[in-house]
Amino acid sequence: MSGTFVGMPAFPAAAHGAVADRTLRANLRHATHTIRDKRARAVTELDDWAELREAGKQIKDHTLRHLDTYLVQLEEAVVRAGGTVHWAVDADEANSLVTRLVQETGEREVVKVKSMATQEIGLNEALEEAGIRAYETDLAELIVQLGKDRPSHILVPAIHRNRGEIRDIFEHEMASWGRPAPEALADSPAELAEAARLHLREKFLRAKVGISGANFMVAETGTLVILESEGNGRMCLTLPETLISVVGIEKIVPTWRDLEVFLQTLPRSSTAERMNPYTSTWTGTSDSDGPRTFHLVLLDNGRTDTLADEVGRQALRCIRCSACLNVCPVYERAGGHAYGSVYPGPIGAILSPQLRGMGSEIDRSLPYASSLCGACYEVCPVAIDIPEVLVHLRERVAEGGEVVRNGARITVRPAKGHAAERAAMRATAWAFGRPGILRTGQRLASRTRRLHPRKLPGPGKAWGASRDLPEVPQESFRDWWARTDGGKGEVK
Amino acid sequence: MNSRERVLARVRRAVGDASDSASSSYAQDVPRDYHEQHGARTAAETADLLAENLAEYRALVHRAQEADLPALIARLLAERDADSVLAPAGLPREWLSGVAARLVEDSPDSTPHELDEVTAVVTGCALAVAETGTLVLDGSPDQGRRRITLIPDHHICVVRVPEQLVSSVPQALPRLDPGRPLTWISGPSATSDIELDRVEGVHGPRTLQVILVE
Ligand code: SF4
Repeated sequence: MSGTFVGMPAFPAAAHGAVADRTLRANLRHATHTIRDKRARAVTELDDWAELREAGKQIKDHTLRHLDTYLVQLEEAVVRAGGTVHWAVDADEANSLVTRLVQETGEREVVKVKSMATQEIGLNEALEEAGIRAYETDLAELIVQLGKDRPSHILVPAIHRNRGEIRDIFEHEMASWGRPAPEALADSPAELAEAARLHLREKFLRAKVGISGANFMVAETGTLVILESEGNGRMCLTLPETLISVVGIEKIVPTWRDLEVFLQTLPRSSTAERMNPYTSTWTGTSDSDGPRTFHLVLLDNGRTDTLADEVGRQALRCIRCSACLNVCPVYERAGGHAYGSVYPGPIGAILSPQLRGMGSEIDRSLPYASSLCGACYEVCPVAIDIPEVLVHLRERVAEGGEVVRNGARITVRPAKGHAAERAAMRATAWAFGRPGILRTGQRLASRTRRLHPRKLPGPGKAWGASRDLPEVPQESFRDWWARTDGGKGEVK
Repeated sequence: MNSRERVLARVRRAVGDASDSASSSYAQDVPRDYHEQHGARTAAETADLLAENLAEYRALVHRAQEADLPALIARLLAERDADSVLAPAGLPREWLSGVAARLVEDSPDSTPHELDEVTAVVTGCALAVAETGTLVLDGSPDQGRRRITLIPDHHICVVRVPEQLVSSVPQALPRLDPGRPLTWISGPSATSDIELDRVEGVHGPRTLQVILVE
């Protein structure tokens, strides 16, 4: 089973480990730069990108504002089409629901399509406890699962592994999960992909239960949508007799037509393709084509708490394209694991502390895992103002205040040891009047730049050349900064 | 309170009382200033664009007149040593008149293991999208169940141009029935999961051949 994030060190400590790892840094750098350049070309091809982005943002905001209406509409449509709808308030409820649904089929194994929601709730571990084996079928997820590892990127979760490591993992681990790796396996990506094809095919062909998430759910029709590249999704969605989809409640769009926006923006933002190789849509069950039984589990798990925060709720617009990871200087240095969550990078820094609450040191430190350079906002296909939310959450850490946890309004106290942030936030508040003002007008990043016009000295230039010194008021983060030479990674 | 009621109650508390109804504000809330298609093209140019975009994602594109279709299909199958071919029930039988390989019907009773023994599949499509190089299958009789275009390693898909061709995604959606299970295919399956090196063909058909019939 892949590792979990429980007990992860807080961001600076975890990032410290990561920046010291040369292989990881080289892999990450190569990956993020390659994807970001390709993405930029794919986006330039559309001269109406700004309008598509605005439409995507407004569709999501409208949906969130009327989420109750659309959830009920979706439920009715799915039921009408022959599906069953379940609701889960938190991870535990979702896990026991899915476990029970699998047990009712009498099966002891399931095939899974890559799904952030099921990683978020730790479904594989829950199933394992119940004696059910969950096979990840996305190539990268397979690498992560066989390597007893954690994903480090939304789109390419095994990006921290190079081909030699993957070959070794396949050679040593495939046999204990099913069909062994071929003899004398080479380390070319083509041969490794072929090994995965053979290993997984026997599982697809005998699978009786498939588990998925979804990229979108259409309220008016009850249709679920999954975009993928490898075909493992199609296998899991069409061959099993029972399909269970676990989907966050924020994945709804109102109408079938709304897909015309996201089917243009998501592939280009994500894999930098005009269209990903395979997209599947299904509505309930169909006569003699695909699963005979379909269960939809609607997952809250902190989403309604996030929705209650007027600034933070925009994080729920996220369509998980991963573009913000690929442009983030902190992600590039620190790697995905440092974020202590299935959601790494800038989106993770604003989503995890909201979904989980700020009870842990890692969740309190995540809003500081940013230089507020604003690149994430620029590339986001649904225009999430990540820097705005980061500042908002820093304020929450430093100043405390009212939040909603598990549906109840509570007041959190300022975090201990965050006196520096308190001072910084007071200064910000003084400069800008009220935090609410930050929401409108000029870009926050440039404001921050004006406020802290300091350049990184000496060796920090690699990172700081065209960027001003990030606001890093947290003590331990500053320690990390000093030790790693401004993130350059010269750690001894 | 059950979980459904609890989640809905939390949503309502979180968003407050929306003063407007979802249906009345939807059109106003969502600006659609983006294009319905990108650029103006003649029907012939649209077909060329489809061919170009399909080829860029490593689909093999062929163009033919209806009369030449049987010979072309037979040749494409023979070139890849197909010994068995899946044929959905509604596929015009004359298209397969020159095929030497054994024909296998798309039947609800065949098991995935049996389909795994079949080398190739020939289908029509619901429509094709030029700007993205995409074929859409909707399970109509000339396309069959979703699994038949997934398990065999070689898929030949016939597109009628211009009838089945649209320029853009916004033009495609209104022509499709969301009630049917849809598969959008843009090139053969692929992965970039290992050091971002693109490898074609992981789980779906490794060879995708598209015939544009004019
Ligand atoms: S926050 Fe925006 S850019 Fe980042 S993953 Fe989500 S949609 Fe993509």
